[in-house]
Amino acid sequence: MMFVPGNNPGMMADAHIYGPDSIMLDLEDSVTMAEKDAARILVYNALKSIDYGGVEMVVRINPLSTPYGKKDVEAVVKAGVDVIRMPKTETAEEVKELEAEILKVEKEIGCEGRTKIMAAIESALGVVNAYAIATASPRMMGIALGAEDYSANLKTNRTPGGAELLLARESIVVAARAAGICCFDTVYSNLDDMESFRKEVELIKTLGFDGKSIINPRQIEIVNEVFTPSPKEIEKAMKIVAAIKEAQAKGSGVISVNGKMVDRPVVLRAERTIALAEAAGVLSKEDL
Amino acid sequence: MELKEAIAGTLESGDIMVRIGPAQSGRTGLSIELDSSVAAQFGRQIKELIASTLEDLDIHNATVSATDKGALDCTIRARVTAAAVRATGKDVWK
Repeated sequence: MMFVPGNNPGMMADAHIYGPDSIMLDLEDSVTMAEKDAARILVYNALKSIDYGGVEMVVRINPLSTPYGKKDVEAVVKAGVDVIRMPKTETAEEVKELEAEILKVEKEIGCEGRTKIMAAIESALGVVNAYAIATASPRMMGIALGAEDYSANLKTNRTPGGAELLLARESIVVAARAAGICCFDTVYSNLDDMESFRKEVELIKTLGFDGKSIINPRQIEIVNEVFTPSPKEIEKAMKIVAAIKEAQAKGSGVISVNGKMVDRPVVLRAERTIALAEAAGVLSKEDL
Repeated sequence: MELKEAIAGTLESGDIMVRIGPAQSGRTGLSIELDSSVAAQFGRQIKELIASTLEDLDIHNATVSATDKGALDCTIRARVTAAAVRATGKDVWK
């Protein structure tokens, strides 16, 4: 998910050509108070006019408690945004409030239920309430960590190893999995240190995240490399799935592949590997 | 519609800066002045887009000065609209 400032038309016009999975146009922190109105109108017109070629479009709105939040919701829902990202989410009630605002606008234009919600968790209270937030609405498609605000709220600083984020990251992954929705990690801001960025992406993939937020197209390739299964992993996954299908046809639930026991959790992991390979474009339906 | 002087947009690449003010005294209609590196190729279309955006917003008498830095049509529409919202003090774009 690539972050793009919502008041920068040059970046907004080009963002999709780099091939991100989703683009998040930002009306919140990257836009000054004086430009909130102009950015909202710009994002509205961009969403209505620019062909983003099937890339999922997300808009980070201002909090509903500010004078801008409800106007942002109205503009982006009318423009047909796929997902609204709610910043600094701390409680399920905030999600329900956003849901009600979205529904009001959707009813007005006759597209009820179209807009999904992603909640950014950026405080200790948000982490404590992660599961309640993740299950607050059927519109919830994901939760995401916002590490800058979270670190400030914890009264600590961000470090290269990310020790300060560990509990938040694990809590968000667990909450998302329990709720059956996606989870996305925070941004990595130092564009001059791609090696540490790669290590962070490897870490968050191991923790179970579905994806990484990025701030520059240069980071896309590394995220894709880390998340794309290797040919060896794909081959192994395909063997497992084929073997379990054969076993199921014979009425058996447990099999052995290359001398190792294969049961349901192993099959689930193999299916995810195949799904990731398909999403990355290195495996097609015909290969299966 | 009563207008005060207002500006929207920037001079960054891909953007357009639009200044809107009341029509000069004794004159009616839209007076549009455009500075653009692509004026020779697209000047007429850009001016027409500015004019049609203002007409759609029910603004028929105004002085407009625009500096274009290669903005897309949707950006031009957005910046004219933002300047109009600021010039009228109303959310005229809805």
